[in-house]
Amino acid sequence: MIEESETNIEKNETNLELSANSEAGYEWIYKGVCVIVCVIIVGVLLYTASYLPPFGSADNPVNNEVSRKYIEEGMYETGAVNIITAMILDYRAFDTFGEATVLFVSACVVFLLLKDEVLASRIKIRENLILQNVGKLLIPSILLFGIYVILNGHISPGGGFSGGAILGAALILYMNTFGLKRTRTFFNQKTYGIITTGALIFYTIAKSYSFITGANHIESVIPIGTPGNIISAGLILPLNICVGLIVGCTMYAFYALFRRGEI
Amino acid sequence: MTVFIISLLLFLILCAVATAFTKHLITTVVIFMSYSLIMSLLWMILESPDLAITEAAVGAGITSILFFITIKKIDGIGEERKGGDHDRGK
Amino acid sequence: MGQNIWINYMVGAAAFLFGIGFTMLLLHRNLLKKIVGFNIMDTAVYLLLATQGYVSGRKAPIIVDGVTSMDAYINPVPGGLVLTGIVVSVSLSAILLALTVRLYQKYHTLDMDEIARQCKKEGD
Repeated sequence: MIEESETNIEKNETNLELSANSEAGYEWIYKGVCVIVCVIIVGVLLYTASYLPPFGSADNPVNNEVSRKYIEEGMYETGAVNIITAMILDYRAFDTFGEATVLFVSACVVFLLLKDEVLASRIKIRENLILQNVGKLLIPSILLFGIYVILNGHISPGGGFSGGAILGAALILYMNTFGLKRTRTFFNQKTYGIITTGALIFYTIAKSYSFITGANHIESVIPIGTPGNIISAGLILPLNICVGLIVGCTMYAFYALFRRGEI
Repeated sequence: MTVFIISLLLFLILCAVATAFTKHLITTVVIFMSYSLIMSLLWMILESPDLAITEAAVGAGITSILFFITIKKIDGIGEERKGGDHDRGK
Repeated sequence: MGQNIWINYMVGAAAFLFGIGFTMLLLHRNLLKKIVGFNIMDTAVYLLLATQGYVSGRKAPIIVDGVTSMDAYINPVPGGLVLTGIVVSVSLSAILLALTVRLYQKYHTLDMDEIARQCKKEGD
């Protein structure tokens, strides 16, 4: 029995050595196969690109009746001057709703993975006079620009996604300048939950209303207004604000969770 | 204009290759930041200002900040356990 | 090969970027570099989509002076698709980075092979 077990151990050792050797061999095979696969993929893609319709031509099959409908009737149907905003927040608003949910869920996942109260209590804030004085000047202007981009989403380039990211950047700068304790006086975990869930619920209710009225051919009570004015385009402006709030809060939550382990 | 676009595309490919071959992680992230910035210029040329604003704010701003903070966090964890093998790869 | 390979140089660049990102994702051992490669792949796909909607000589789809003719603006559909994609890619890379931090806290390395080896050792 003892001899057998000894031989077994020896066998195991030789097996380990063999596996180490074969691992190195496999690694070379793996690398070679990877390079070959990548070269083949690039070759196939280039081959396909050579058969695609010419770049920038107006007769491409992409420019079909869908884009004609969006461009020619989008402004009259939704009241938004920016056709892309009209598309993502009116015609395909369900898509954007799913995306806002993706952001919320990913913030929850990061929260579960990186929650660390020990780290949060240990980090000390170093006061920096230059940063604080520059921040006092810079943060209000960034916040103002973010709000401008969100509110003008339907009449100029921009909208909830970009404006929300700018708001998130302003919050991140505030936290870096004045520390987490001061940020938490107006933005903590509870505020984050209220803002994001509130925005998501409002989005759901507003879009459900517009879907129900649209599907049953009921006249919606929300006026479209004059295209080009700030208060116009029906539900697009409040939905833009909702998306902007969700994106801004989630970007700040990502940063705070990575940096401090808590919001 | 075509020459400008082609030079931008070449710079884009150069940046992508450089991120693969740099040794330091910080350098990789800085090069990736410039990659995003050039991408936002390309969106502007392709007549999509919405995408340009979003890419500049999100791609060059928030993503790079997240990468930086991850590297800082990893360094902090490495320094905590002194004597251990502080290895964050090439 | 078709004859449009030199006209579609932008799609060609997108194909090269996709290849570079894919190679980084497969061959690099460092987890952070893998995530950077993933982001490069993302942007390559967005570049392909945005290229398909572009029509030379036309303006961005923001109605100016009440002109609502299709001949004045580019195709808005790819723009909307890419806009949603960019923000989703950020949340994806945030999740991946959080997982990387957790892995480093457990195994104290960013090397993918080393992590797999230590995982196997724990399993035995």
